Amino acid sequence: MSETKKFMYVNRHAPYGTVYALEGLEVVLIGAAFEQDVSMAFIGDGVFQLKQGQDTVDSDMKNFSPAYRALGDYEVNRLYVERESLEERGLNEDDLMPLTWEDEDDDWAEKKSIHIVSRTQLADLLEEQDVILNF
Amino acid sequence: MLHTVNKSPYDSSSLRTCLSLAKSGSDLLLIEDGVYGALSGSVHSDSIAEALNSLKVYALGPDLKARGISEDRLVSGIQVVGYDGFVELATGNDKVQSWL
Repeated sequence: MSETKKFMYVNRHAPYGTVYALEGLEVVLIGAAFEQDVSMAFIGDGVFQLKQGQDTVDSDMKNFSPAYRALGDYEVNRLYVERESLEERGLNEDDLMPLTWEDEDDDWAEKKSIHIVSRTQLADLLEEQDVILNF
Repeated sequence: MLHTVNKSPYDSSSLRTCLSLAKSGSDLLLIEDGVYGALSGSVHSDSIAEALNSLKVYALGPDLKARGISEDRLVSGIQVVGYDGFVELATGNDKVQSWL
């Protein structure tokens, strides 16, 4: 394997109205096999992807929200959510799925995957990346 | 007239345009990503609350449920309907304007 690059997947769409969110999640899970430094950003309507309590039983669509819980097992454990986007939508951190990962360097301690960051912090994170993929 | 909005108000001007043109006494039904416009405490809540003074505003229950939005998170006065309610609104009005 050549040098590790910093990849960030930027998610800006709500989960069911378009296919962006599902396609993006699938690419992240496939891309995780390439052992790069992967993080995800959730901006704008992308924050709705992480809303807890999604239940599609009455609407005959595929509920893919449980698949976000698998991200930690693929070492995708930095999900940055923009605070301003949550606030504009009347949401806060408690509305999001409690996603976690187990840190093998810390006796498998369970740690939070979701990090709420400001718009300014997110701008800095984008600047740090080698590759940015948008969905 | 029944107006339907199926786009997120953060991603599209559909809701804003609809609210600017819907006449008093009309029905507005939020469906698909349009249901995000029903959330209380958001930047769009005030315009929906104001619209409720002259329109009846509904949100489609199955689309709220899919997106993890419970009824207690909606702007007060919005009524939640099922697919049967959608049909009743469509047949009970003389016209349907779908803001795509």
